[in-house]
Amino acid sequence: MKRLATAMTLATVALFGPHAAWAQTLGSIKDRGELICGANGTLAGFGLPDPQGNWTGFDVDFCRAIAAAIFNDPTKVKFVPLTAKDRFTALQSGEVDVLSRNTSWTQSRDTSLGLDFTAVNFYDGQGFMVRKSLKVSSALELNDAALCVQQGTTSELNLTDYFRSNHMGLKTVTFATGDEALKAYESGRCDAYTTDSSALYGERLRLPEPSQHIVLPEIISKEPLSPAVRHGDNQWSDIVRWTHFAMVDAEELGVTKANVDEKLKSSDPETRRLLGSEGQYGEALGLTNDWAYRIIKHIGNYGESFERNVGQGSPLKIVRGLNALWTKGGLQYGPPIR
Amino acid sequence: MTEKIQGLLPQDLPHRPRRIGGIALQIALIVVIAGLAYGAILDLAQNLARAHVASGFGFWNNTAGFDISQTLISYSPSTSSFGRAFWVGLLNTLLVAAIGIVLATVLGFVVGIARLSRNWLVARLAGGYVELIRNVPLLLQLLFWYNAVLKSLPQLRGSVALPGGGILNNRGLFLPRPEFGPHFAAALIALVVAIAVAIVLRDWARRRRERTGRQIRIVWPVLILVCGLPLAVLALVGFPLGFSVPHMGRFNVSGGVEILPEFAALVLALTVYTAAFIAEVVRAGVLAVPAGQTEAAQALGLRSAATLRLVVVPQAMRVIMPPLTSQYLNLIKNSSLAVTIGYPDLVQVFAGSVLNITGQAVEVIAITMAVYLAISLFTSLLMNLYARATAIVER
Repeated sequence: MKRLATAMTLATVALFGPHAAWAQTLGSIKDRGELICGANGTLAGFGLPDPQGNWTGFDVDFCRAIAAAIFNDPTKVKFVPLTAKDRFTALQSGEVDVLSRNTSWTQSRDTSLGLDFTAVNFYDGQGFMVRKSLKVSSALELNDAALCVQQGTTSELNLTDYFRSNHMGLKTVTFATGDEALKAYESGRCDAYTTDSSALYGERLRLPEPSQHIVLPEIISKEPLSPAVRHGDNQWSDIVRWTHFAMVDAEELGVTKANVDEKLKSSDPETRRLLGSEGQYGEALGLTNDWAYRIIKHIGNYGESFERNVGQGSPLKIVRGLNALWTKGGLQYGPPIR
Repeated sequence: MTEKIQGLLPQDLPHRPRRIGGIALQIALIVVIAGLAYGAILDLAQNLARAHVASGFGFWNNTAGFDISQTLISYSPSTSSFGRAFWVGLLNTLLVAAIGIVLATVLGFVVGIARLSRNWLVARLAGGYVELIRNVPLLLQLLFWYNAVLKSLPQLRGSVALPGGGILNNRGLFLPRPEFGPHFAAALIALVVAIAVAIVLRDWARRRRERTGRQIRIVWPVLILVCGLPLAVLALVGFPLGFSVPHMGRFNVSGGVEILPEFAALVLALTVYTAAFIAEVVRAGVLAVPAGQTEAAQALGLRSAATLRLVVVPQAMRVIMPPLTSQYLNLIKNSSLAVTIGYPDLVQVFAGSVLNITGQAVEVIAITMAVYLAISLFTSLLMNLYARATAIVER
């Protein structure tokens, strides 16, 4: 009977016991030799593998930045493509270390899903795309329209709020993935396609004739997009949070991928603390003191990543807007490293 | 004879200690399994609490907040609960399953019989259908039908007006919805009465045939009774029946009954796919009836239609029923592929939107699995009852 009890305990622990992923995320990433990152996989500008299979995008860069901080090697990331519907379960169950997949920070997600959102790295809002031939210039003209939307998104919920508060009827057709929703819109099943406006620009480019579709001016919601980690491992959430802040601070201090080596010799105390020439800020995170140097060296600062993936250096041409630095009238503001 | 067998029953054999040991072992096994399950649930609850994931079924009455494209019961995204969304999804699943089962059975029987036809072309066509359909994955067929349905239908602007007030476009098929006025119930009562009388008439005709050997044709009287009586009553109360005809709006069609393209594609795919398997089941069942049975029936002077109806089919049904049940269960479970084409079935609504919004994967998936289990077991039960009712009665 004793042997049986032992076997029983073993079996249960093996099944449901506390995973290493729960507590020591950083340790298990180092043991594994790579970061596992939950990414989009189908969204141009944010997360999309190119024809050679290399992952590209704003959210992808963020995971590479974390890998650079840990391993000094931005390629030590395994990307797991997740649908909106599956993303939280994948993070909860420990399948991914971090979720960097254009995910809106909401209170219920933060408090009841067992997640922690680290810092908003993209301020977004929900918009609508329609065919030009529909001759609609405002979302308020969409009374009784059929809308294609992706399941498990805040878009799905905002949509009903918006139409209800404007006393309009709507017919929602909900799809499990953004791909399917877009395809249905393309085939004329819906009058409009709705998602975060940043994503609309990317999705529009994937349609056969992008010029035949327009994005309506209305932004109907606040969508603060943020990476997320499991609740309960504060060291790990600190690392993810400060990876973003380091990139924002670097932009503010004028540290770029190109001049980072030169800036190592800078006499500016803020720059010196950021790049680890002064203080033990990296070690306090459980990393090395040159953690931020590694991020800038391999990925660049926040602005560089933005422009390269979704801004003027990309086909999406999204303007910085709310995502400009606070010094330039935007909302991106990195707490000081000191 | 019976006494002799009783003498050989296990409890009378000199192995009693071993039997008690066996029972003890089984009890121990049950205890172990129950313990494992209990431990697993306990651990799971602890881990969820540690990870600050909400648990329990408190979410059931919270407001859902998302819209559903097809609702058989009233549902409003702003006031209905997650529980209501569950019922909406469940009913949509049951609707697709029920319609799919009926259509697949009809098509499957037709194709199965056709495959046995002496007509070369008919038999080969049926054979080709079966081989083509059952060797291509259902998911691909579903996507094919969905895209075929969507692409081939006209856009909203080019909607086709159907005779009788229907409208067809790629948003769906819109049909006039009957609206019943007062006293319509009288016609329904008349229909029930007519059917009851028809059943009595049939029994009387059968008894008379068994007594006298004379066949009485009651088809026409029954048909006139069942159709005529309700119509007569309807005329008496002044036809209290109107239709809500669908009409075109700027973006959509309003009024009438709406059949979504997602629904049509799903029913089509499930029907066509499952019918291929049912056809094979039917063919096997018919072939399992020995040729001697047909020959004997013909020797008794039964015509070929009567031979099929009275001799071959009842015997074939006994062979067909068990595998047919499996096909029905497959169809019910396959209906969950709806999720790929945006039809709001139980999996799409409940294990999709509700799971994601509440984040309570364990509870939601457990409920969903329990529901599929219950539907499948209930279907099996019905089929087994039918099989027992039609089993050979040994005389």
